[in-house]
Amino acid sequence: MTARELLAGGLRIEAHKQRSTKAPIRAASLTERYVIPLDQHSGLPAVPLVKPSDRVRMWQPIAQPAPGISAWLHSPVSGEVIAIEPRPAPHRLGAPTLSIVIANDGRDRRFENAAAIVSFEQISPNEACEHIARGGIVGLGGAAFPTANKLESSLCENGPQLLLNGAECEPYISCDEVLMRERAEDIVFGARALLHALCSPNCTIAIEDDVPEAQAALRQAVDKAADPRIRIKVVPAIYPAGGERQLIATVFDAEVPHDGLPADIGVVCQNVGTAAAIARWIRDGQPLVSRIVTVTGDGVSEAGNWETRIGTPFSSLIADCGGYTERMSRLIMGGSMMGTSLAHDDLPVVKATNCIIAASALDLQPRGLEMPCIRCGNCSQVCPAFLLPQQLHWYLQPFDSDQLARHGLLDCIECGCCDYVCPSQIPLAERFREAKPLLARELDAHLSADAARARFVARNERLARLEAEHRAKLAQKRRPKNEPTS
Amino acid sequence: MTFPTAPAPHAVAHDSVGRVMRIVIYALLPTVALHVMFFGAGLLVQIVLGAATALISEALALRLRHKPFEPFLKDGSAIVTAILLALCLPPLAPWWLVVSGTAFAILLAKHLYGGLGANPFNPAMVGYAVLLVSFPVQLLQWLPPAGMDIEQAKLSMGETIQTILTGSLPSRLTWDAVTSPTPLDALRTNLKMGMTMAEAQAAPIFGALGGRGWEWINLATLAGGLALLQLRIIRWHIPVAMLGAIVVCASLMYMIDPGTYAGPIFHLTSGASLLGAFFIATDPISAATSDRGRLIYGAGIGVLTYVIRTWGGYPDGVAFAVLLMNLSVPLIDRYTIPRIYGHAR
Repeated sequence: MTARELLAGGLRIEAHKQRSTKAPIRAASLTERYVIPLDQHSGLPAVPLVKPSDRVRMWQPIAQPAPGISAWLHSPVSGEVIAIEPRPAPHRLGAPTLSIVIANDGRDRRFENAAAIVSFEQISPNEACEHIARGGIVGLGGAAFPTANKLESSLCENGPQLLLNGAECEPYISCDEVLMRERAEDIVFGARALLHALCSPNCTIAIEDDVPEAQAALRQAVDKAADPRIRIKVVPAIYPAGGERQLIATVFDAEVPHDGLPADIGVVCQNVGTAAAIARWIRDGQPLVSRIVTVTGDGVSEAGNWETRIGTPFSSLIADCGGYTERMSRLIMGGSMMGTSLAHDDLPVVKATNCIIAASALDLQPRGLEMPCIRCGNCSQVCPAFLLPQQLHWYLQPFDSDQLARHGLLDCIECGCCDYVCPSQIPLAERFREAKPLLARELDAHLSADAARARFVARNERLARLEAEHRAKLAQKRRPKNEPTS
Repeated sequence: MTFPTAPAPHAVAHDSVGRVMRIVIYALLPTVALHVMFFGAGLLVQIVLGAATALISEALALRLRHKPFEPFLKDGSAIVTAILLALCLPPLAPWWLVVSGTAFAILLAKHLYGGLGANPFNPAMVGYAVLLVSFPVQLLQWLPPAGMDIEQAKLSMGETIQTILTGSLPSRLTWDAVTSPTPLDALRTNLKMGMTMAEAQAAPIFGALGGRGWEWINLATLAGGLALLQLRIIRWHIPVAMLGAIVVCASLMYMIDPGTYAGPIFHLTSGASLLGAFFIATDPISAATSDRGRLIYGAGIGVLTYVIRTWGGYPDGVAFAVLLMNLSVPLIDRYTIPRIYGHAR
């Protein structure tokens, strides 16, 4: 397997990042209310530790993880819990989800127990994992997977190799780029903490070739730390190079098994933003109560990156950017390739909110009329999972689960590259996104049907065997007594 | 304030089927121009007749199938079919030939199977094959290329139109004077008559590389095809595999017996080898779809073209080779699914 093959697929698309990276990171304005959805991370919703009318302090834990995959939540401000009720959430496409609503008293009084650990090397790797969990740290690349859960499932003999993902390949998003420019030392600190927690032998920080300033800042921070375990790897700025599986292929020249995890090949991947959040938690005692959010697009007066407390309404961030322009037409959370389209801005920033695009019709032109597929195969040329989207599309109508499974529908990462290049303007990613759960369910049903069939066959065999034994015994009994028996 | 929502991705490249087809048409222009230079304006009349028939047939089929007119009439695919078919017909062929062939291609080969994107066979080649088996005499009556010593029947535009529409030449000319077999046809006939290859190729319709005139037309086709490659409208797999297979077959047989078999250069520069490789076999709708599948598909067309030309009953084999390989596409596609990321080889 060659590196060339692994780099196959993907797109070089206009990055649209210059507008938001002109100014340094600024602090978003504080607001009166903060809405903290309990299910803003992957896995199970957190369980509230507070009730309405409780006073809370800044950085105080307000919800604890449910058993299994889940995460802690902390108050971003000091004030009073005014409600625990369903509120519209961006990660639920604007549908209401149970949230803790906190009224800000504006005094930012800190929670006493949030003490910093001065030296993480003095605690054991297990304690380090537990400590990271208590900081409410989740993956900040967009999926918001609880970091401690990922670390625990990645532990292996000799420790996994650590990969820090600074390849921010989606158009418009620049929060990682400005983070690497301005807070490279946090990233390196977090990298060392992660190396310790994982007993990992080395750390590779991947960064794209089109962000020279961020590269220089990161190099300087790595040189300053003088830690021989940490190296920087520059990767080509191809979308979706920053996808976990694609980045692992690019950096390590190895593929994650389709039914496995990076840990299966001894790699654990974390976003650079996550590493910086870990540094702030371990060094400064600040749990994950704020993150950098890119606000950009032709639909706001001024684009930029904002240090934003979790729970801040989108509308407040938009106001910080000078409000909407007349050209504002669509609101996206995330990038233009995989982001979520939202109907209104009365939504809180969550841990997964890396970017808000206020798009004009110029930014995101409406799709053209859908035509039939002409099998040109442009889609298969750009598919980073090496699929044949044109064939998947064919086998969707009518739904042919055997062929869809053979052609790897479940291996689709929904990156949207096929959509992007399709001359027939077919919304392939959307179709695949909808079809994947259907196919998974059908395959599950197949599997359980197979299992039932196997059980049935086994039962018949067992009954037949018992029957045969029974007959043999009967025959033995009927035998004349003078014949010898065994 | 509410905003409209849509599924991701939110930005796409604004490519279109119409753009793809338009570029294919532009890339065919050099071929058409040189064809007119060597064989007169007949081709232009055939293209106009064919294109009109194609659009009318398309509109009729869309109406019968209750499909919108505008997007499908504007996508240009019917025009491409018409031009490719017209390029295969003798320039002075009677009007009903191009009209019936094109109508058959659009109505039966394309729309009966579900229209754009759903036709398993290349419509232009179906139309040509139907004409070839139904009216072989008319289809093999080619004109002598310009620049030959024999009496060159120069027809004016008006005479050309009149000849195509009425089926009879101006009174000053006879069919014998203006027709000539194609080089591939002539070669086959001469060899059958027991001539050696050198004798067979001594006739004035043979040029330096292949057929006189044809060699230049084919070079123009090559230029158009390279432009399509450069613009990424087509990819290299099918043309390279098809031409490669022709070269391998022709070289092998030429090395075994140069007296009986024409060499690779002749095969590349005569007949429809290059038109087939860059414009016909590359029709993605009826071709295999993975890279590996396209290599097999192209190579199959190349081998079949050579076999039909050399040992079959027709002088050129591209059309039948393409149709036969169209037939094999589902099989090829089934066994050439690429390895998926994260799956074992």
